[in-house]
Formats: sequence, C-alpha cells, structure tokens
Amino acid sequence: MIIQMQFHAETMRNIMLNLIRTLTVSLLLAAGSAGAAMTIEIVGAGANQIPVAIVPFRAEEGLSQRLTTVVAADLARSGLFRMVDPGGMNPVPYEPEQLNYGQWKARGAEAVVIGSVTKAADGRYDIRFRVMDAVKQTQIAGFVYFATESQLRLTAHKIADVIYEKLSGDTGVFATRIAYVVKRGRNYELHVADADGYGAQSVLSSNEPIISPAWSPDGTRLAYVSFEQKKPVVYVQSLVTGARQPVAQFRGSNSAPAWSPDGKRLVVTLTRDGGSQLFTINADGSGAPLRLTQSSAIDTEANFSPDGQSILFTSDRGGGPQIYRIPAAGGAAQRVTFEGTYNVSPRHSPDGKSFTFIQRNGGRFNVAVQDFATRQVQVLTDGGIDESPSFAPNGKIILYATEIRGRGILAAVSSDGRIKQRFTADVGDAREPAWSPVVNK
Amino acid sequence: MKRIILALAAAAILAACSSTPTKEQEGAAVEDRNAAAAATAQQKPQTQTTGPTSKPLESSSMSGDPLKDPSNILSKRSVYFELDSNVVKEEFKPVVAAHARYLQQNRGVKMTVQGNADERGSREYNLALGQRRADAVKQAMQLLGAQPDQIESVSFGEEKPKATGHDEKSWSENRRADLAYPND
Repeated sequence: MIIQMQFHAETMRNIMLNLIRTLTVSLLLAAGSAGAAMTIEIVGAGANQIPVAIVPFRAEEGLSQRLTTVVAADLARSGLFRMVDPGGMNPVPYEPEQLNYGQWKARGAEAVVIGSVTKAADGRYDIRFRVMDAVKQTQIAGFVYFATESQLRLTAHKIADVIYEKLSGDTGVFATRIAYVVKRGRNYELHVADADGYGAQSVLSSNEPIISPAWSPDGTRLAYVSFEQKKPVVYVQSLVTGARQPVAQFRGSNSAPAWSPDGKRLVVTLTRDGGSQLFTINADGSGAPLRLTQSSAIDTEANFSPDGQSILFTSDRGGGPQIYRIPAAGGAAQRVTFEGTYNVSPRHSPDGKSFTFIQRNGGRFNVAVQDFATRQVQVLTDGGIDESPSFAPNGKIILYATEIRGRGILAAVSSDGRIKQRFTADVGDAREPAWSPVVNK
Repeated sequence: MKRIILALAAAAILAACSSTPTKEQEGAAVEDRNAAAAATAQQKPQTQTTGPTSKPLESSSMSGDPLKDPSNILSKRSVYFELDSNVVKEEFKPVVAAHARYLQQNRGVKMTVQGNADERGSREYNLALGQRRADAVKQAMQLLGAQPDQIESVSFGEEKPKATGHDEKSWSENRRADLAYPND
C-alpha cells in the first residue's frame, strides 16, 4: 500500500516536472527539413553485380524529382547492381515495342527499366514502369503508381524496391526510413530520414542528450531515452501526431527500450531496485513494471527475437560484458557469446537466425554477426570505434555508427561484409541509428 | 539501539577513511591533504566554467551556504574512479563522508549522485557502468548516516563528458560520480 502511494506521488511529481521542462524541449513536427542533407559514399562492391540499364522515363524531366535518378542511385548504392549507360538510344524506348534488345545486350545489360509519367485528371501523376529481361526479351515486372508531387521520391524508392526484389530475390528496403541522433554543439536532435539519407526531419530537439531510439514494429512510434529531466527517462513518441509521453521514469535511471513484436510492451533497463536490471512495461506506460532478470550484475540492451519468444541482452554477470538469452517471460539466462572479453549491443536478424553485435578486439570495437545454430562469428568492419548496429528489415544490411576524423557518422555494411556505405551529414555528429521496419506509407 | 549501531558503523567507516594503518600518522595525514589539494585543483576549471561560485556581496547572512563555500569540503563534488571500477578510492572518502554527514544533519535535503563513464564502447553499457559508480557512492553515504530517500543515484553514462579528449587523461576525468544538490 505504501509502495503504491509513493509510486503515485512520484508519478505526479514527474508529470509536474515534465510540464515545466517541456519549455526547454521543442517538438518539430512533420513539416520542415532538418537542414542536414546526407550523402552516401559506397566503399565496397558486391562480387557479382547485375548489369541493369535505367532509361529516363518519358516526361520525367518536368518533375521536381527525376524518378530514374533516384532509382539508379538506390540500386547502385546497394552494391548489387552495375548501372549500364542508357544514353544515345534513338528512339529512346518508353514502351516494350520500342526496345532494340540487340543494342542493350551489346551494352551488357541483363535488364532494362523503361517507363513514363503522365498527369492524371485528379492532378496526381500516373507513373508506370516495366522491368524487361534483355536476354529473354520478356517482361519481368510492370507496375502503375499514382503519386502526388510530395510522393515522387517515395515512389522512386518503391520502384527501386520492385527492381531489387525481382532481380536479386530479396526484399527491397529503399522505401524505408532511418532514425538517428544528431549532436550539434550542445543541441541534440532526433532525426527521421529516408533510407538514402534524404528528407531528414527533426522530430525532437533538446539541449540534453538523446540516445537509443527504437522503432515500434508498425513504424509509427519511436521509443528513446532523453536526459531532459537531468536523468535518463524512456519516452515513446508518435511520428503521426508528434505527441510524446514518458513511459519509464522511475527513481534512478531508465534506458535501453526494446519493443515486443506486437508493439504492446517494451523491455527497459531500470535501476529503481538497485543495479541495472531488465523490466517489462506496457508501451503506453500503464501498469507496474515486471522484473525480468534477477542478477546482481548489469543486465541491459535487451532485444526481442522476431517471434517474440526470447530476448537477447548484455550482461557482465560472468565478469566482462557478454551477450545472453532468456525466454521473453523470464527464466534462466543462457550465455551466447564466448569469443573475446567484450561483446555488447545485440540485435536479432529479421529471420531470427543470427544477431549482430559489437565485439572488442584488442581495443577496437567492430560490428560482428553470430549465427545462432553454428555459433560462428564473422567480424564485418575494421573501423575500430563502431557502435549501435541494427539490421535493415531485409536482413541484408547492417546500419551502425562510427567515426571519421573525430566526427560521428552513420555507416552500413552488407551482412556478408562485402559492401560498405558511409552516410555523411553536412554538420554535426550523427549517431545511434535505427532502421525502420517495412511499412506501407 | 539501532542508532548506536549506526553510530558505531559510521565511526568505523570514518576511521577507515581518515587514515591508513601506517607507522607515521603525521605522514598519512599530509598525504590525505595533498590528495584533497589535488582534487581542488582538478575541480577549479569546472567551477570557473559552470559558474556555481560563491557570491559574497549578495549574501546578507553571516553563515553562507556550506555547499558553495570554496573553503568547505562540501564544495568538493566529484569522486573519480579507476578503469572498470566502482570502488570509492581512499582520497575521496573524506568528501563522501562530509556529504553524508551534511545529509544526516539536514534530513530535509535531497540530492542526486550522477555517475559517468568514459566514451569507449556501448552507450547503454556505459550508462549502466556510470550507474554502478553512482550506486557505490550512494551506498557509502547511506552507511555513513544519509537516508536512502535523500539520495537518488542516476547515470549520464558517456553522454556528458567533462573532458572531451580521446585519451586516457580525458577518460580518467570522465570516470566519475558528481554530487548534485537542487540549488546548484
């Protein structure tokens, strides 16, 4: 009874403090670019690149955004494709019957993408495209999109997703988004951008640190840790309305939010009972936390398996930090990493068969992947100060934070380690990236 | 009875803090003072930049705030730690003891112990390491008479470094717990 009353008193006090502190934290919603364009530099390339020609669509030069430029950039960035020069064809093909397959074969193209844009009666754009097999001379895919001016870039990403999927066999992730934190001077901003780094929007600006953003499974909310109350508190913010609420602000520190696959619960690290331990809470902040681990060590950085059955986390119960697994309902922990003395920040692959994490080797921190079944570890990067890895929703790319010449940047590596990308922001330090799930926007 | 046990425990811990069992007590005392002086020197730049310095002109009362009096040990607010350690070192025990005593004598005062960690490795794991340091200082203060509800231990992890360099000198500055009062 007494405990319950204290809990209420603390909640009330926190609500009051929160109201006061709202003054120092401004929400920047939807409209307005964050003023920080990101450019992506590809460092490696796949072993077998598929040669593909993307012919500029008919009438796309009148658009604010040239669709095929975005499509070609997406495909090239993946490292899986080689762009074949589409120029100098007479006539320029927009329809299958205009294709001279012999010329495309001579240029080495295995596939040719053609299309056209027309303005529909309702003011939207009618965008249709086809992926043609240059060797078999057949259509591989053909789609029509209706898009408003502001949806052109997204439409281009969706076209790139179709091409990627048809030619590589894997799900495309060009039409997804990434969240990350930018630090500029003493200001911290939580950004959401397209997966290619364009269209960055600041969804939260604060003069205190922000860490550990995590996407809800439906892609509509972000959980994160903010220090605006002069201590770490876990918030959930809607990307639709911009509304945010503290969901874990207990005595002590509150951090490391991880969503359950159904989006209803979060596992967080709380210190309210002493030590850093894992607790399950409701994602709307209701109810009392349920303690998940019972150790006298540090237990943190939880991450649900895609099927929701188990949780990976970092613990130093055996001395140094290692990765452990427990049933989602709680129970005995099983150690899963054995190589090296420092293994942290586990994140499951989307198929649940492996996980990525940070491994320290001789003072260097690198992105690694471990297979659950074989326990085989592959170290994917050699930068030395890598942090916060997370899988793209197709499991093919791992996004992480690193540093170049003292500046924080985002980088990505293919899950086989072959293709590397760097996302470079105009200004400030970028860090704490998280890749969104695939959602229909 | 409980009070006597507490007093005995406090006395025992304070005794342990004040000196090490060497042959020359004088020498040990001098060593402690040197350590205290070193701690003051380390703190000076922070005092200058963050601003909580004493303001004698505005103070009408003869008894100023002991927490802000530079000549009072209570103005020392930082406890430094070794790598991967949450052990409160000998040289910082007098500071911890003084704050514990202050809390014991001012039951209405509540404060925060803010743990910090160096920048290397996972941010969340470092947050937990900072928490462990804050918890260690809180626990020491409770043993010396402060009440649990007077102290909230929290962590800033590697997020609010005092030194921003990327070398051992900066890292050692950031392996730290700070004692913060509401009016700081």
